[in-house]
Amino acid sequence: MILTKLPVGQDARVTAINGQNSVTRRLMEMGVIPGVSVQMVKTAPFGDPIEIRVRGYSLAMRKNEADSIEVSF
Amino acid sequence: MDDISHNSQLTIALAGNPNAGKTTLFNSLTGLKQKVANYPGVTVERKEGPWKVGGQSVNLIDLPGLYSLDATSLDEQIASDIIRGVQADVLRPDVIIAVVDATNLERNLYLVTQILEFGVPVVIALTMIDVFEKQKHEIDIEMLSVLLKTPIVAVNAKSGRGIDELAEKAAEMIGAVPTVPAIFNEVANDDDSNSKIFARYNFISNAVQESVWHSDQTNHRVSEKIDRVLTHRVFGLVILVAILLVVFQTIFSWSSLPMDLLEQGFGSLKDGVRSQMPPGILTDLIADGIIAGVGGVLVFLPQILLLFLFISLLEDSGYMARAAFLLDKLMSRVGLHGKAFLPLFSSFACAIPGIMATRTIENRRDRFATIMIAPFMSCSARLPVYTLMIAAFFAGQTFLGFISVGAVLMLAMYALGIFVAVIAAWILKRTILKAPPPPFLMELPPYRVPNIRTVLQNMLTRAWLFLKRAGTVILAISIILWALMYFPRTQTTPAATVEVTASSTENILAEPLPEGEQLRNSYAGKLGHAIEPVISPLGFDWKIGVALIASFAAREVLVSTLSIIYNVGSDENEESETLIAAVRDAKDDDGKQVWTPLTALTLMVFFVLAMQCMSTLAVVRRETNSWRWPIFMMVYMTALAYFAAFLTYQGGKLLGFQ
Repeated sequence: MILTKLPVGQDARVTAINGQNSVTRRLMEMGVIPGVSVQMVKTAPFGDPIEIRVRGYSLAMRKNEADSIEVSF
Repeated sequence: MDDISHNSQLTIALAGNPNAGKTTLFNSLTGLKQKVANYPGVTVERKEGPWKVGGQSVNLIDLPGLYSLDATSLDEQIASDIIRGVQADVLRPDVIIAVVDATNLERNLYLVTQILEFGVPVVIALTMIDVFEKQKHEIDIEMLSVLLKTPIVAVNAKSGRGIDELAEKAAEMIGAVPTVPAIFNEVANDDDSNSKIFARYNFISNAVQESVWHSDQTNHRVSEKIDRVLTHRVFGLVILVAILLVVFQTIFSWSSLPMDLLEQGFGSLKDGVRSQMPPGILTDLIADGIIAGVGGVLVFLPQILLLFLFISLLEDSGYMARAAFLLDKLMSRVGLHGKAFLPLFSSFACAIPGIMATRTIENRRDRFATIMIAPFMSCSARLPVYTLMIAAFFAGQTFLGFISVGAVLMLAMYALGIFVAVIAAWILKRTILKAPPPPFLMELPPYRVPNIRTVLQNMLTRAWLFLKRAGTVILAISIILWALMYFPRTQTTPAATVEVTASSTENILAEPLPEGEQLRNSYAGKLGHAIEPVISPLGFDWKIGVALIASFAAREVLVSTLSIIYNVGSDENEESETLIAAVRDAKDDDGKQVWTPLTALTLMVFFVLAMQCMSTLAVVRRETNSWRWPIFMMVYMTALAYFAAFLTYQGGKLLGFQ
């Protein structure tokens, strides 16, 4: 499933990063690569962006940027 | 001597992720001897200073924070170029100190692996180790050092832990030929860049697994708790607004005393010059041109210092990233990044620090769009103008008996600026600065108690930049404007010039009539007459025209110029009864009332939108590295201001107002 569909507080494992562009590349450099575990932390007041935890730190991104992240739990 | 030591001087660079504690470490290594400049041709800050390593002084460079050598922003590009040794103007570093945050080890080490691949000598400075240990995690530094084949020193800038050892290790690494960990060579020739990223992280995960014991995943519990309130759906926004209000209130209330003192100081300096120097053109130039002009800008220094104090505090504590997180959705509707919020907010105090603060926006087009709308935020220099107009024409009036018309108008002026800025941003981002919305992808660093030294140093650096940049331009413009108002000289009676003594000079010069008369016949006065046909549809006469021309140096100059024009003495301020009365009673050449409430409102609208600040234009020139943008800014903002003022005045007349 897609990361943005994760309920708040849910842990999951990244299975794939779809697409190949500057955003997906930066995502991977920030440590979001297949196999890593992530947690959906929260959504901003206006519904976007979202905050996730990965490798022990907090990363915020817009939903359309998170759409490339495939997870399973 | 100096040259020789410079040529043979070694260069050491501090590299690391943003928020890794790089700047704090840099400050503690170099002390107060650091220099801040720009890299040639760009606006990325270049910070360097001397550092004693193994008995010699090396040049330590603080690189901009970066996540990866594959740059996505200008800051990252420069840092990356220096590490690779391809940045013009900077020698290839002999050693790189990689600053690594122990509480965020894996992602911080990613950059380190990239740097190691280059084969440059690296020493890792492990920061936040105290926080890490307090959270009951353990790290086997020796083991990690062996795995990375790189010396690691745990440091704490505050307690001084590891600082000497870091210098020793750095000295040892000078000239060393580092061994690149085998894993990187295997992927070095692989052109699929994703697999390189995977390989680096695999290597890191293994190394961390062997050397670090986590007690539990409680790393960020405190930050999470704080965040539950500060980024709460409802409270988050309420708190954000409250913080902004408090910051504003504090800036204005704390700065009023030093500003008054500065103003008085420049006043006495001016008087001093007048009494000590023989009367004449040189004295006039120094007193009215240089001291008055430059003093008018320096008066804003307390506000700028305070604004940067708060910005640094908010940034250093980690809150600024949350503000961007909260507001990104709103900002992105007009095509801007959440990070644009901070520069725009700062611009309410003064557009200059605001525009300087756009450096945190990575995408060039977003950054320029933010710069182009920043001056629409009503800055503190507009306040004297609003205050004068409201005091003269709307004082004491109320709606429904209790809402002050003045307060509503004041608020309306701020709202008008924001409204126009939003529309301008929307249009700019769809036309000349067209670009897909920039990625938001941003780290939310853990909350930390701000480091006072970093905050103060940041504040002083910014203030110095403000003084240097605005000071030079304002000086030149002040002299030009002074000359426009000073020449050609209107003949004064010979008796007056002959008989002056040092003590009586002031009295004669304070005679209101010659001063107003002089202005009327000066080049500025003639310019005022020349633009009268253009501004008369706005309800302005030539005298207001002169004041408008003068206010293009700085907005608040309008008040002092009006004082001169209406012969009430140039030391009047916006709350002075005489000036208010003079404005109210002013008649034009046909004896008709010049000012009406409608004229006052029109002037206020004009001031909300017009680009009347040479210092801002000078800073835009520096920040965009081109004359095109400041010229464009000047033209489009002033055209908009004219149009809006025209609508206000003509519309008001149609509605039956005077």
